[in-house]
Amino acid sequence: MSQLHELTAQQTIQKIKDNEVSAQECVEAVFGQIHKFEDKINAYVTLVEKQALTKAKEIDKKISEGKPVGKLAGVSIAIKDAICTQGITTTCSSRMLENFVPPYNAEVIDRIKQADGIIIGKTNMDEFAMGSSTETSYFGPTLNPWDTSRVPGGSSGGSAACIATDEAVLSLGTDTGGSIRCPASYCSVVGLKPTYGLVSRYGLIAYANSLEQIGPMSKDVYDGALFLSIIAGHDQKDGTSVNEPIKDYTQYLKNDVKKLKIGVPKEFLGEGTNPDVKKHVWDAVHKLEELGAVYEETSLPTLEQALATYYIVAMSEASSNLARFDGLRYGYRVDKDEADWATVYSQNRKTGFGAEVRRRIILGTYALSAGYYNKYYLKALKVRTLIRKNFEEAYKKFDVLVGPTMPFPPFKIGEKIEDPLQLYMSDVDTVSANLAGLPAISVPCGFTQGLPVGLQILAPHLREDLVLQVAYTFEQNTDYNKIKPEL
Amino acid sequence: MKEQHLSKKDVEHVAWLAHIELSEEEKELFTEQFNDILDYFKKIDEIDTEGIEPTYHVLDLQNVTRKDEILPSLSTEEALKMAPKTQKKFFKAPRIV
Repeated sequence: MSQLHELTAQQTIQKIKDNEVSAQECVEAVFGQIHKFEDKINAYVTLVEKQALTKAKEIDKKISEGKPVGKLAGVSIAIKDAICTQGITTTCSSRMLENFVPPYNAEVIDRIKQADGIIIGKTNMDEFAMGSSTETSYFGPTLNPWDTSRVPGGSSGGSAACIATDEAVLSLGTDTGGSIRCPASYCSVVGLKPTYGLVSRYGLIAYANSLEQIGPMSKDVYDGALFLSIIAGHDQKDGTSVNEPIKDYTQYLKNDVKKLKIGVPKEFLGEGTNPDVKKHVWDAVHKLEELGAVYEETSLPTLEQALATYYIVAMSEASSNLARFDGLRYGYRVDKDEADWATVYSQNRKTGFGAEVRRRIILGTYALSAGYYNKYYLKALKVRTLIRKNFEEAYKKFDVLVGPTMPFPPFKIGEKIEDPLQLYMSDVDTVSANLAGLPAISVPCGFTQGLPVGLQILAPHLREDLVLQVAYTFEQNTDYNKIKPEL
Repeated sequence: MKEQHLSKKDVEHVAWLAHIELSEEEKELFTEQFNDILDYFKKIDEIDTEGIEPTYHVLDLQNVTRKDEILPSLSTEEALKMAPKTQKKFFKAPRIV
């Protein structure tokens, strides 16, 4: 029998329901892992062990009294530190918000609490979710559990690493240009970026609000579907929230891809793609073919422009969203009462923000400035329309599109951080889903020299059922997600 | 040949607009990095967007409005709790002029 910390959410819920174990024992087992591995990987910024155990005891009491419990009862859940949690420090891994304790919960947190999920801590990330390696955190990098000299991917690196090491059962990440899928791929876990608008962004500290989505990270596809069912749904506090009926996504998990049409865009396997990654992705496609799907190579020419388009849009929105951090109402403030407002504001932001955040704000300010607005921002939004249309055309022919999540395996810590453009290039396969607002998942599909490779599956808007079904079928017929890192 | 999109002086100016102070070394470094990045951004010029509408929301949602009703919100104490400096019931800001 698996040890308690190894259980998936589905197994944990069942065992608690059957009175085999208590919620308290499950939470204690997860904290056992945290105490064992945190020194080695630094997945968390904040832990709330006492609160978590109190909540677990409450759930056990409810069960012993025969009272009903929520759908996530007893499951230990880690939250990316960009999502506001009332009474729990929320830093965005930035000095700017080092001491920030939100006075309210994000909508997703309220939903988790209603479902009796147990929040165990806040996970490390790239500062303000800007990055692909979790190296820019003010609290130091998270290390990849498969090889601690390498990055775990970013920006939800902590949320992925804690799942890989059983330091949490489920976690929330956010994905602006691949920040759920990239670390899911690099840590060999499942990460789902939902359709834009499906999950409320209320209470998410905004970076690039037209692109980002909160999404589930999990040990397997079933858990991802279960978690999505809890967090998805219309929220009137978020003006971009889609008014769709709430679904139970676990109902769509069929081990069947017969006659499903899969497109493999050649742009996803471009010249920068590592040959081993290519091989594993093709093996995965052939596996799906063996299981009854049909595939065809295709081309989405506008994907060539997706990366530049993404960075222009993201930086422009970042410059606007991060203007609120002035160090007056909350956040970091220099101790200079004699200086004038503009000086204090500029110095708060110099000291409060790390280099990558400042880079993006300044470049975004440039892209939005008079004289350059049409050349960069407006032009990028028009290219974005063409990218969307390119996908719409492809989905007339194919049910899903697949490719690698990341073009190469996890790289060494420090290897790319000095060269921002090189680091941006690693997002080449993930950003298009954000530009078009599509659902996309990363599932483990192999290893190269002991390092994980992720398969990315994309579907049309609101077809989470399809990405989940294909991912589930692949998972049921392979063993990659069962292999654990040895730390 | 790589194009020079921004000079160090331009970077200083944009950083001033963004209210972010930069050190001298950062001005040099950012100028070089920004020129590399802006050079890469030229990629979008390869596409003809004549007559194409920009995408503001991927799902073409209409404006969302609600009735102007007063709902519970933060108390003054809660709103001020996270402020680095306060005075009585106010945020304390540096002098404007």
